[in-house]
Amino acid sequence: MSQAISDGPGPAAPVPRLGRAVRRPLGLFSVAGWIVFGVTLIVAAGVIPALTLLPAESPLQIAPYLVPLLGKYVCYAILALALDLIWGYAGILSLGQGAFFGLGGYCMGMYLMRQIGNRGVYGNAELPDFMVFLNWKQLPWTWWGFDAFPFALVMALAVPGLLALVFGWFAFRSRVTGVYFSIITQAMTYALMLAFFRNDMGFGGNNGLTDFKTLLGFEVQAPSTRLALYIISVLTLAMAFLLCRYVTVSKLGRVLLALRDAESRVRFLGYSVTNAKLFVFILSALLSGIAGALYVPQVGIINPSEFSPANSIEVAIWVAVGGRGTLVGAVLGAILVNLGKTWLTAAYPDVWLFLLGALFILVTLVIPYGLIGLAGRLRWRRGRADTDAPDPDLIEGPAPGAVTEINHG
Amino acid sequence: MAVLRLFLCLMVLTAGAARADALSDLVAHLAGDSFSDREAAVAALGDLGDGRAIPALNALNDGRLYVASDGRVVIGDPGTGDALKASDPVTGSWLDPVPAGLDRIRVNNRLRNGIAEALGKLKLFSPDRADRLVAAREAARHGSADTMATLRHAAEIEADAEVKAAILSSLMTVQVTAGTKTEQLAAIASLAGRMDPEIRGLLGQLADGGTVVEPEVKAAATAAARAIDRRLAILDYAINLFQGLSLGSVLLLAAIGLAITFGVMGVINMAHGEMIMLGAYTTFVTQEAFRRYLPESWFDAYLIVSIPAAFLVAGAVGAALERSVIRFLYGRPLETLLATWGVSLMLQQLVRTVFGAPNKEVSNPSWMSGGFVISGGFTVTWNRLYIILFCALILLALVAVIRRTAFGLHMRAVTQNRGMAAAMGIPTARVDALTFALGSGVAGMAGVALSQIGNVSPNLGTLYIVDSFMVVVFGGVGNLMGTLVGALGLGIINKFLEPVAGAVLGKIVVLIAIILFIQVRPRGLFALKGRAAEL
Repeated sequence: MSQAISDGPGPAAPVPRLGRAVRRPLGLFSVAGWIVFGVTLIVAAGVIPALTLLPAESPLQIAPYLVPLLGKYVCYAILALALDLIWGYAGILSLGQGAFFGLGGYCMGMYLMRQIGNRGVYGNAELPDFMVFLNWKQLPWTWWGFDAFPFALVMALAVPGLLALVFGWFAFRSRVTGVYFSIITQAMTYALMLAFFRNDMGFGGNNGLTDFKTLLGFEVQAPSTRLALYIISVLTLAMAFLLCRYVTVSKLGRVLLALRDAESRVRFLGYSVTNAKLFVFILSALLSGIAGALYVPQVGIINPSEFSPANSIEVAIWVAVGGRGTLVGAVLGAILVNLGKTWLTAAYPDVWLFLLGALFILVTLVIPYGLIGLAGRLRWRRGRADTDAPDPDLIEGPAPGAVTEINHG
Repeated sequence: MAVLRLFLCLMVLTAGAARADALSDLVAHLAGDSFSDREAAVAALGDLGDGRAIPALNALNDGRLYVASDGRVVIGDPGTGDALKASDPVTGSWLDPVPAGLDRIRVNNRLRNGIAEALGKLKLFSPDRADRLVAAREAARHGSADTMATLRHAAEIEADAEVKAAILSSLMTVQVTAGTKTEQLAAIASLAGRMDPEIRGLLGQLADGGTVVEPEVKAAATAAARAIDRRLAILDYAINLFQGLSLGSVLLLAAIGLAITFGVMGVINMAHGEMIMLGAYTTFVTQEAFRRYLPESWFDAYLIVSIPAAFLVAGAVGAALERSVIRFLYGRPLETLLATWGVSLMLQQLVRTVFGAPNKEVSNPSWMSGGFVISGGFTVTWNRLYIILFCALILLALVAVIRRTAFGLHMRAVTQNRGMAAAMGIPTARVDALTFALGSGVAGMAGVALSQIGNVSPNLGTLYIVDSFMVVVFGGVGNLMGTLVGALGLGIINKFLEPVAGAVLGKIVVLIAIILFIQVRPRGLFALKGRAAEL
């Protein structure tokens, strides 16, 4: 699973193992990889939930109030996976993942709002509370159909997907790349934030959607529902991981890597760069939408600040810390950084932003391939010390001369 | 009653020399037996046009006017204990001893209305200029045919030009509705040049006034109303244009430093907004230093001092940033973006720790507060005007530096061909640092200007960062001219959209428009032409 990356100048980086016969059941992982994957999944989806069910006296017990927090991390991990797919593999730094995440979240939030029915403050079964408050008489057409869970679920995928399709089609067709793409995706999520802040949009304005009661008839606040949501999130993460793995080891994954490192060359070789990028952008938007939809019932609120550009940039640092271009790195980075955030914002709130800022700087300067890349390099060095010859698996990254073609706007 | 009033008036007008007597006479009549007598006296006092009658009328209105047993009218004020102090209503001098048998003069609502009307007219003759001005403006609201006479009289004797103009304007307004046909036509002609919405409303009423209004007057009013509409539309346009220019200059100020760091050097500096913020805080610190250590008369100069100070502070931070972080990341724009974002978070938190999270108050120096009115509803404020000028100066200075100085030449050389420039002996590393410092310093100066029109808070920079990038990308990278056109264009488009779509929606529309625009011209409005397939 040392699916590492090579991007830009700097130290030699591990690149995918090419042309070496490894037995891969289902073509995804080696046997050892499958074992690690399975054990991790069992721990995350089985052991941890079981530990929360232990009595409070038990030293091994995980406090039930931590379950939504863990669920939140898992959603973030899905989001990080989505960004890693497009940034780490295709070299497109999308700073608009927060927009897809938020849209997915709003779709789920709207379903949860409709579930409140007449249990709201105003007891109006026809309209959500904030609409009653704004003196609206009718449900806007944008809310039609959100009473049905399947519809909300489809929309949580369709809305981000469609936005990605339209936006990506325009952008990739006119070869908007590199920093320009980052900036306009940032503008996109910024525009969405401004739009959702407006009361007239009919999505709760400033306050967003909150006060949820039930999800498919289960109490959202109940510990059992939360545990179930957590397990569903973990399983979704596992499936997303497998899907991303499938994409990245496929032929398409090779094309993505190639266009990241030398876009023109791929184009000249006859591949449709636009379609490849569009595919991975939409896939990444869909994953972000799912992450948002899972996130909302667990944290109990969705508001326009989810669209703020700062959030989307933060996702990039999770990926960068873990190691972009490695799927494990994205998941690891999201969980580690957010653990740190939870702890520090509670313990030393003033320090957190300094640390986050320093993390951005240090990771880009010192460990551009993240923790996974660092581990890979350490292993490589040790290997060389032992045998005094480079590991045949690890080839040098592109020569510095190739740099000008990479990532450049 | 009308006869009595006419008589009183005649008496007053014929006895010009004996006006003081007429005044005292009329005041004495305020104690008339019946309410209608008093009403007549009040109206006559109003027509008399002598400001000295105001205290008596005020006293009557407040129930402080008394009649003594000898028939004298006096103003009574509470004295010691139950006793009253009395003063003469005309001269205001205290009466000692207080006349015996004081009896309060009673008023009813009808009389109160009369008093209010008379006071309105009399204030036109008040010795106080401000009072007269207020009264002249008020007169336009509740005018009737006899207000016209008073207004004409007041206009004749008025010496102050501004008050006179106000009186004449009110006269015309009254005349439009209450005058004879010729008077109406004359008034319409004189009002057609005005732009106040009230006059427009008045003319509009006249224009669709049905059969009551003479057709000729109606036609004139319609034409005049249309002329006013036209001018109002032009005024609206001018206001939008000015506000657009103003917003554009703010955007330009925010973006111009970025045009150097991003446009010329190709460095994505997400901490650019924080350089602006540092400039604003430098202004705040300079202001506080001036307040504390220098005499008050020097205070207005703090802004001038803070311009170079902000340039130096932000420039120094910029140079440090370039040397410590950015130079390791040249050629890796996405990493630069992330690292500078980290810098921006740290700078924000640093400022929050040092100065606290709440907004800091930076006051305008006296020469920047206020403004001048060009026409009704269109006020040009000094701070907006100075910012436009300041912005133009910075732009010119930058163009001069880049085009005319050796440093500018080096800068262009390094941008165009780093290897060649180094071979020619240009210290490229130093040029990089200085260029980045220049861009950051300019952002700092922008912060000085922005501190004058908005809040100074740790997240000041974040408000401008997206906009700044939009401006630079829209205008075309590496081109100051493009930045100018981009900023002014976006500012003006924004302001013209605002009345149609609302502020927030307008902004969203502009953002979407830019996103679409980049699809069409990925290199901006003024793209540099070159051979590079991939810049």
